[in-house]
Amino acid sequence: MVERQSPLEPEFHTGSHGNFEHGVEILLTETRPGSIVQLTAWPGEEKTLMAAIRTFTGLALPDGAGGGLSDGAKSVFGFAPGKFTVTDEAEGLAAAFAKVVTPAIGTVTDLSHGRIAIRIAGPKAEWVLAKFFAIDFALPAFPIGAGRSTTHHDVFAQIQRTSADQFDIYVFRSFARSFWKALCHASEEVGYEVQ
Amino acid sequence: MLITCPYCGPRDVIEFTYQGDGNRERPDPASQNFEAWNAYVYDRLNPAGDHNEIWQHSGGCRAHLRVVRNTLTHEISSVAFVRGDHAPATRRKAEDKA
Repeated sequence: MVERQSPLEPEFHTGSHGNFEHGVEILLTETRPGSIVQLTAWPGEEKTLMAAIRTFTGLALPDGAGGGLSDGAKSVFGFAPGKFTVTDEAEGLAAAFAKVVTPAIGTVTDLSHGRIAIRIAGPKAEWVLAKFFAIDFALPAFPIGAGRSTTHHDVFAQIQRTSADQFDIYVFRSFARSFWKALCHASEEVGYEVQ
Repeated sequence: MLITCPYCGPRDVIEFTYQGDGNRERPDPASQNFEAWNAYVYDRLNPAGDHNEIWQHSGGCRAHLRVVRNTLTHEISSVAFVRGDHAPATRRKAEDKA
């Protein structure tokens, strides 16, 4: 496999930044999953697709809009009716799914080179993201594992909550660097660390 | 203006794209009934009040939605998937709808 370069590189500066004299309240990382795959079920085939996701990832998707879960290495969440984003630390997820998600069930789209994953964590993660997106980030409205699709100034973003104070944001690779810079600027006032 | 997407919940109108009048009925593509085509392309009800519209949640789940919007107050009284006959398994439960 070709080594994948980060689009953030020129703007990716590890260490503490901003107003961190009183502590760092935001942790920013690029998680670099090996596979980012979008799965779509034709109407009526959703349960079959969800079963295939369970077989391959071991993750049993809950019913309901935006439902999802993560085991640390693999993550899955619904982002639209009958559509799911699945990620894995390992490469090759799209090829594996292509064998079971037949044209009769739905489609498999490999986005591993098209999106990147930015992780924002820390006690102020909700607070920083609320500056970007007009959705409810409170835990009861956005439970752990759940996914949301929304936009920030026309930059489409899929967000999965992977713990109480941690979110993984999937953005287009071509917009990633400007989105990353905006995220850094928004985190400055509470102090942030890039790892 | 907020539109409550049946999948995503209440979202700002900036996430949505207007896809036109929801009252139009497209004639059969093979039809040569010019009056029907003329009506499809040009005739609009232009009501002062509730109006059937098609919107796409382009900045979210990308589903096409059938929306009833009051043209005087912008009040949204109804939102449903256009493809209602094939309600997906992951659809938000009825009690969650606003």
